[in-house]
Amino acid sequence: MLLLSKPLKHLVSAGVVAFGLAAGLVQAETTINGAGATFPYPIYAKWAEAYKAKTGMNMNYQSIGSGGGIKQITAKTVDFGASDAPLSVEKLNEIGLIQFPMVMGGVVPVVNLEGVKAGELKLTGAVLADIYLGKITNWDDAALKNLNPGVKLPNGKITVVARADGSGTTFIFTHYLSKISPGFKEKIGNNTSVAWPTGVSGKGNEGVASYVQRLKGSIGYVEYAYALQNKMTFAQMQNKAGQFVKPDSETFQAAAAGADWKGTPGFNLMLTDQPGAKSWPITGATFILVYKKQEKTETAHEVLKFFDWAYHHGDKLAEQLDYVPIPASVVKLVEQTWKTGIKDANGKAVWTDSMVQK
Amino acid sequence: MNNGGSHISDAISGRQRLMDRFFQALTTGSAWLVLVILAGIIVSLFVGGWQALVAFGPKFLVTDEWNPVTEKFGALVPIYGTLISSLIALLIAVPMSFGIAVFLTEVAPGWMRRPIGTAIELLAAIPSIIYGMWGLFVFAPVMSDRVQPWLQNHFGDTPLIGALFQGAPLGIGMLPAGIILGIMIIPFITALMRDVFLTTPKFLKESAYGVGATHWEVVWNVVLPYTRVGAVGGIFLGLGRALGETMAVTFVIGNTHRMSASLFEPGNSIASTLANEFNEAVGDMHTSALIALGLVLFMITFIVLALAKLLLLGLESRDSAKS
Repeated sequence: MLLLSKPLKHLVSAGVVAFGLAAGLVQAETTINGAGATFPYPIYAKWAEAYKAKTGMNMNYQSIGSGGGIKQITAKTVDFGASDAPLSVEKLNEIGLIQFPMVMGGVVPVVNLEGVKAGELKLTGAVLADIYLGKITNWDDAALKNLNPGVKLPNGKITVVARADGSGTTFIFTHYLSKISPGFKEKIGNNTSVAWPTGVSGKGNEGVASYVQRLKGSIGYVEYAYALQNKMTFAQMQNKAGQFVKPDSETFQAAAAGADWKGTPGFNLMLTDQPGAKSWPITGATFILVYKKQEKTETAHEVLKFFDWAYHHGDKLAEQLDYVPIPASVVKLVEQTWKTGIKDANGKAVWTDSMVQK
Repeated sequence: MNNGGSHISDAISGRQRLMDRFFQALTTGSAWLVLVILAGIIVSLFVGGWQALVAFGPKFLVTDEWNPVTEKFGALVPIYGTLISSLIALLIAVPMSFGIAVFLTEVAPGWMRRPIGTAIELLAAIPSIIYGMWGLFVFAPVMSDRVQPWLQNHFGDTPLIGALFQGAPLGIGMLPAGIILGIMIIPFITALMRDVFLTTPKFLKESAYGVGATHWEVVWNVVLPYTRVGAVGGIFLGLGRALGETMAVTFVIGNTHRMSASLFEPGNSIASTLANEFNEAVGDMHTSALIALGLVLFMITFIVLALAKLLLLGLESRDSAKS
């Protein structure tokens, strides 16, 4: 647009307006507003763009962080909230919300070791926990050597790199390590930001990535998409089944498929350390929060229609950005919950089976 | 005639009086508005941070634990980091700025003064995030490969100050953060010092040169005593900026809530803690502790500015006593 000459620009904007009007005639003019987690922001923005081109509907998402998203939806200033960490069932009932998983990602340990190629280094949850606890401090450690008989590990200090800002990535990572290691659970625990006993911390995935790329002998954890795009040296992890797996969309999907969504009320489920021979152990979903009782039926329709479209037509866009789509079986469960769980002011169901856009 | 004329002038002066009163009300209102906003900020910081202030009491200021999981918060590490990084910045920036200002006003040939002066003003306009990125990608490698090993080799075993240079040379930590801050505030202090140095009357300086004083003697014995108040003001303006700087510090300080005597170790400052943790602070206590931290920064800045004012008053009264 910037390169267009002025008259041409007018023409284009006139065209946009005309198109907008035409679309407005077909579709009632509404905007749906959401706010919350920063991790899924790129894919929500991409979906909003594609959805607008198709239907003329505006979806306005502000990535203010999960905490902010929960506060905004509680105050009813937005139509939906988004959070990387699922809320507990009690908390959901207290506010009157339902939540559902929207898209998945995985957290990947990355290292900077001379001569070690991507996917070569093998780690277990226990060893990773001990490294982040500051118990294993040298790459020469027996625990690491036993896991990696064929890999030449240097005799050098391990520099631990963590996330400084509160993030869903840290939440998933510490959730996994707390599950595996009682010592980690007791000393550090699980949260969006924690008190790390050792190492340095960088701001954002890019901060962690640049520290790891800069510091020799360092180890960090980043979002899968980030490790991939920066061609970082990721490590293999041992999963619950005892297998060593590499992080990719197949192993993330396996973790989601193996999870017990049906038996977990409120989809309050972290996908860490899931069963299945192919499951990547540090997987997590990001969640959407909406009210059970909707005052504005029209807006509620539009919100659910958007997410339904994203579930059924958004997979390709998600994969382009290295997010992992929610498996179809889980989508069915989610839409089942919409049908029974979300009511308008008169107590009528907002969502019906006939609205699913196949 | 006479009556009519006074009527007209009465009307004019009446309107003028009205305008005057309006103008007075406008300016007074603006001045009060600043105070109201200031009070509003303090009140909202108190209200927001109340939960944490009540829960931790005065111990909030002296505890070094900052743990969002157990919801135990103490502000000692960020306070320490803020003060130490700003102190390092001042140690670097004050002599450098003084030198540059002296060069620009006394030593440099006329054709050089304007371009260099403009260049320094341009430095002040660079957004702080650029300094941060430069610090991480360009400066930190140089620090960790050359400067820090050199410091360790030469001063690591020295008693007392040796403790400042222990630990792995990561290129990220308190010292690099302080140096980046120093570079950032040099243009501010320099520009102010140059401007006040220029206010020294020419005849004073020329008399000194006339009796054979050197550049240094003129600056130290004539210019500096004449402009002391302004120069100190410039230094405190730079300090104020260093205390509140966020992005540049976040990039290079290492963002860890641990106390360490060594300047090589990573630490944290108040502003970068806020920038890092506010977005995703889910628990009420965490948010409250962060707002209380904001209040602490506000207080530190307030105390620094108050001290500056007292110092300036002291200097002024001493000057007037002398003359």
